[in-house]
Amino acid sequence: MTEPVISVKNIKKNFGKKTVLDGLQFEVAKGSIFALLGENGAGKTTMVRILSTLIQADSGVATIGGYDTNRESASVKKLISLTGQYAAVDELLTGEENLLMMGRLNHLDRQTVKKRTAELLEQFDLKEAAKKRAQSYSGGMRRRLDIAISLIANPQVIFLDEPTTGLDPRSRKNMWNMIQRLAESGVTIFLTTQYLEEADQLADKIAVISRGKIVEEGTATELKRLVGEEKIEFTFADLPSCQKALDLLGGQIDVNEMSITITTESSPENIRQLLNMLYESSIHPASFIFRKPTLDDVFMEITSDHKKGAVVNG
Amino acid sequence: MGESKWYWAILDGWAMSIRSLKHIFREAESLLMAVGLPVAIMIMFVYVFGGAIQTGTDYVNYVVPGVIITCVGFGSSIIALSVTQDMVGGLFERFRTMPLLPSSLMVGHVFGGFVRNVIATTVAILVAFLIGFRPEAGWLEWLGVIGVLTLFMLSISWVFVVFGLLVKSVEAANAITFPMLFLPYLSSAFVPTETMPSWLHAFAENQPMTPLIETLRGLLLGTPIGHNHWLMIAWFGGLLIVSMIVATFLFKHRKSE
Repeated sequence: MTEPVISVKNIKKNFGKKTVLDGLQFEVAKGSIFALLGENGAGKTTMVRILSTLIQADSGVATIGGYDTNRESASVKKLISLTGQYAAVDELLTGEENLLMMGRLNHLDRQTVKKRTAELLEQFDLKEAAKKRAQSYSGGMRRRLDIAISLIANPQVIFLDEPTTGLDPRSRKNMWNMIQRLAESGVTIFLTTQYLEEADQLADKIAVISRGKIVEEGTATELKRLVGEEKIEFTFADLPSCQKALDLLGGQIDVNEMSITITTESSPENIRQLLNMLYESSIHPASFIFRKPTLDDVFMEITSDHKKGAVVNG
Repeated sequence: MGESKWYWAILDGWAMSIRSLKHIFREAESLLMAVGLPVAIMIMFVYVFGGAIQTGTDYVNYVVPGVIITCVGFGSSIIALSVTQDMVGGLFERFRTMPLLPSSLMVGHVFGGFVRNVIATTVAILVAFLIGFRPEAGWLEWLGVIGVLTLFMLSISWVFVVFGLLVKSVEAANAITFPMLFLPYLSSAFVPTETMPSWLHAFAENQPMTPLIETLRGLLLGTPIGHNHWLMIAWFGGLLIVSMIVATFLFKHRKSE
């Protein structure tokens, strides 16, 4: 691994009696895209807030570019930019004015501010809307402006807290392209997401966070390998059959879908055996499908309660 | 480093002030409110209630200082709204991750409020002259009036920056501006305090608005000021310092969750 630009060691944070982060530990390589993947309330935003110097951890050490986020926050602030969950743009100013103001507040000289503003308006496809007030922008445009603003001072590390939450599928795809282009320019991107597909598409490295702990870490491929190469999913007409099948074959149960998912090889022989086993126990599946593992499988597997403790740390 | 820190603080404050100036003219409703409300109050008091209120002087002369205070106080309280808007909208969050002095950001809000207030107060005084306000103040007294109003404006502005940082929604920020609109009524602004019931009289005599209005009245109309100007300076000077400190602290430590 190249030198880590973000390093997090044993970070803990409580809000009152509630433990939000319980000993987080990870490193992010320079110039990579790192995704912190987890459900709502898993602690993603809290981690971002600690790294971006907004709040302090109760214990543990987090550094960015070698600077402690707590004791050397002034130096950290010069390296980073944060794009939060809600677009932090000034609604009454135009897109261009927003960029100019932020450029000035980032202490760039007049020429640089002008040049960067023009570049970013172009790069983020906001040139036509540059003279319009941000309050007239669509959700996607607002998000683009928000990220453009955060790039004005050429930060080395960019935090994107759920960058595509609330965007329509098309805007989401555009955002992904943009994030990829950003990474190609050499900045380090730390993003949080609750969409597995997003982490899969973008991230060089994924850390899965659940209840304030990193439960798994690796590349998308590594994580998928953890849950096996291929999956077969049986769906049943009623829950008792589903439960019986689970007792017989093992795997993951999805109570809502009344289905079980088993990791298996895709040979015809293998499928015949499984179907025979079910038949002999008088369990009749309504349907079955065969598929490659998705990150959803990884997520279900490593965050589900009864599987806890059986997690292999890669 | 010390020198450049202040250099940037001033430039940042300026950048934020430019922004607030743009806001004033783009938020037509709040400018209209800030200008229109005091004028409406003044006309109502002079023409509707004025005939029935005995103050021993021409009522228009008695009431104008009170109207100016209401105007300035209300104008300053609107700052709470713009501060809350920035906080709820996530803008402060972003500023806090940038290498900036927090107070320079709030200076922008206060400056914006100041300009809006100057506009509103000027209009109010012009209208007052039109409906018969005849002060006896010379240019020295007018300078005093400007000084008194500036101190009042700044201190109320910072108090409302604090309120703006404390509340959690724009609606709540809107609600806390109302006491500021009504506080002058419980002072000698519109009626002499002697006419109030004794408990209210005690409150009215001792709340900061009364020395402020008496000072203003003294400067404009030559009524006795006594030690009211010292009381006024102590109240609003103290409020200004305390609220600036509290605002800076809140900005650094408040989590907008």
